[in-house]
Amino acid sequence: MKVIVNIQLKEGVLDPQGKAVHHALSSLKFNEVKEVRIGKQIILDINETDKNSAQKRVEIMCEELLANTVIENYTIEFPTC
Amino acid sequence: MLVAVIVFPGTNCEIDTKYAFEKLGQSVTLVFHKEEQLPKGVDLVVLPGGFSYGDYLRSAAIAKFSPIMKAVIAFANEGGKVLGICNGFQMLLEARLLPGAMKRNENVHFISKFHHLKVIDNNNTFLKKFSVGNILNVPIAHGEGSYFIDEAGLKELYANSQVLLTYCDENGDVKNPNGSIDSIACICNKAKNVFGLMPHPERAIEEILGSNDGVKMLEGFIH
Repeated sequence: MKVIVNIQLKEGVLDPQGKAVHHALSSLKFNEVKEVRIGKQIILDINETDKNSAQKRVEIMCEELLANTVIENYTIEFPTC
Repeated sequence: MLVAVIVFPGTNCEIDTKYAFEKLGQSVTLVFHKEEQLPKGVDLVVLPGGFSYGDYLRSAAIAKFSPIMKAVIAFANEGGKVLGICNGFQMLLEARLLPGAMKRNENVHFISKFHHLKVIDNNNTFLKKFSVGNILNVPIAHGEGSYFIDEAGLKELYANSQVLLTYCDENGDVKNPNGSIDSIACICNKAKNVFGLMPHPERAIEEILGSNDGVKMLEGFIH
């Protein structure tokens, strides 16, 4: 089963990479861009058929390693395909 | 005094750290991260600078699971003295031995240069040889050194005298190289036995190489 983990800096935590990319987009005249936030995506392929237990296990993975919950939030998705 | 300097894959400051403590007359042993126990009779554990595990995922995110870290965490929790320098500071944050987290530098650059620091608190082992307000000059070298902690956590740090050094200019005025909250460069835990800082005191021990302000910092652990 494929599981997608998206990790983002929390609201209110300044994202310097996003700011730099926003600045670059502005200098390319993409003036409609109001804000850029950069995160990371981790794609897991796990040996599990039950979505609920997969969700629980991946939450533990996020808390213990994948995200630093002091500054980052995470979301867990199950792609349909 | 016996100093254990922990070596992770990607650590690159262990020899400088060993040299610095040996220059001050101490015994130093390098301990590989795969060891499960610290050497008997260790007085100080140093987590040195570098790029453990290639900084994959986040700086120091993976190092905290190295076998030796269990022993280091137990040592710290029993009151043993632990110093984390640069990547070592990041490890202490990731292992939650110190509060807060490290972010990419605000200007997104890797910064490597001498920087002035101001002593905010000297009521601790690490900075007891200094006076509050002293200005030091010590190299920094990091890409993820922007210290972050939430408002409540910051208040607690101040309330317990855990903010030890801040970045400043040569006159002691605020100068923040990396976007750290309140320009914080060094903190300790509540019990004041675990210390973390981004600057490299082990690179400031010879006046001829720019500064020896690091000597008095490391000496704090010795006598």
